[in-house]
Amino acid sequence: MSAISSNGADTHPICLTLNGQSRTLQVHPWVTLLDLLREQLDLVGTKKGCDHGQCGACTVLRDGKRVNACLTLAIMCDGADLVTIEGLASGDVLHPMQRAFITHDAFQCGYCTPGQICSAVGLAHEGRADNREAIREQMSGNLCRCGAYGNIVAAVEEALPLMRDGIEPQRGQNP
Amino acid sequence: MTPFSYHKPNSVSEAVNLADACSHFIAGGTNLVDLMKENVVRPTRLIDISGLGLNDIHPTPGGGVLIGARVSNADLAWHPMIEQHYPLLSDAILAGASPQLRNMASTGGNLLQRTRCYYFYDTGTPCNKREPGSGCPARTGMNRMHAILGASDACVATHPSDMCVALAALEAVVHVQGPSGERQIPFADFHRLPEDTPERDNQLAFDELVTGIELPPPMFEHHYRYLKIRDRASYAFALVSVAAALNFDGEVIQQARLTLGGVAHKPWRDLAVERMLVGQVPSEALFTRAAQTLLQGAQPLSHNGFKVTLAQRAIVRALDDAARGAANGGARP
Repeated sequence: MSAISSNGADTHPICLTLNGQSRTLQVHPWVTLLDLLREQLDLVGTKKGCDHGQCGACTVLRDGKRVNACLTLAIMCDGADLVTIEGLASGDVLHPMQRAFITHDAFQCGYCTPGQICSAVGLAHEGRADNREAIREQMSGNLCRCGAYGNIVAAVEEALPLMRDGIEPQRGQNP
Repeated sequence: MTPFSYHKPNSVSEAVNLADACSHFIAGGTNLVDLMKENVVRPTRLIDISGLGLNDIHPTPGGGVLIGARVSNADLAWHPMIEQHYPLLSDAILAGASPQLRNMASTGGNLLQRTRCYYFYDTGTPCNKREPGSGCPARTGMNRMHAILGASDACVATHPSDMCVALAALEAVVHVQGPSGERQIPFADFHRLPEDTPERDNQLAFDELVTGIELPPPMFEHHYRYLKIRDRASYAFALVSVAAALNFDGEVIQQARLTLGGVAHKPWRDLAVERMLVGQVPSEALFTRAAQTLLQGAQPLSHNGFKVTLAQRAIVRALDDAARGAANGGARP
């Protein structure tokens, strides 16, 4: 058995990989991954929308799979490989999905955008969307109250083959 | 969230021995963490089962499949064996929740998710399921999403799962382990009707853990349909859902399974209606008769009367689609 607490006030150590860096952290059992990222690690790119798993604004990648950080207890991320919106670009080179969102103007206020992009990267990893209808269905866990859905779907549609082929779109490209 | 202690056991026996009346097991946490945030559920001890394995899908000697309780909903829906031999189950899972939630949510946890009744979630209102004896505001209040079959004076909540509707139709068996050993529960007996104890959703004791779900050998690989009717095209709970599965001898129905979701405290299966279909040739008249018979005892509430007609039409359409093999590439005129 590991990480036993007989006292609810205890914190527990967790080790995880966060955006490529190994981190050892102390967490209370009731802290969500979303609050850990935003409140303790200053990674505020991941957004708190509904905090109930209904809007997708908090979507991050856990071991390559998209999950809702608001419904994930940080303590249960011991050993996980986590990527947030801050970890998608390589230095100054944006991730193909980020570029596609810019190319297609796939946002208005931008609040849902980090979650949309992380979700779309997870969708690409899953490899189950090969047409617009499938993209729409498989992006349904991410709400956009500005209603930028049309451009979001177009961005995802453009980035999918680029991610598959390892090619990045050119900045400003407007197909 | 109310503070709690956290435990991560390394074996099932260790896990069930840690359990007490105020503890909760946690797997994906997609429903439980939400309920804890709302103070609807306040465990003093959380038992994380992620160290127990239970995340394989493998064939059984009898020709079926055993699904570990920790297999995620996404991994289950997209497993080659499930997609090929139990496509009704894949379709039902993919009709539920969002991709993020399906990546997190476990097979066992899907069975144990709580109703999404607004009053159950709102700790400012009475609810017999949350606080036994406090009353049921849904009976006379906002009850559009609520039950039309098998409800009681105490509770009109529905079970929210899509996956469970397919598991009921497929006659899955729930594998359970407690401190005194293992037992297997037929799916039809796992969830219960509310009666006068709606606080109990199912037959599990507090120290029993779902370890797996067993599916019998595949029988409905061609003629099946999971039809979900909801308020928007994706990512919403069912108003009504239908799992229909048929087997044919020539043109005659040899076996029939019909289960409804969104209408009762548990997946609603009517064996008498299934028997009506056996030995018959598919027709709209037959399916309509079956649908009317199934809904005969429906007792709609003030805002969900539409569900009776909706369920009847959904049954006819799902059976028609199943008969034609529509979900399997067969044409639907």
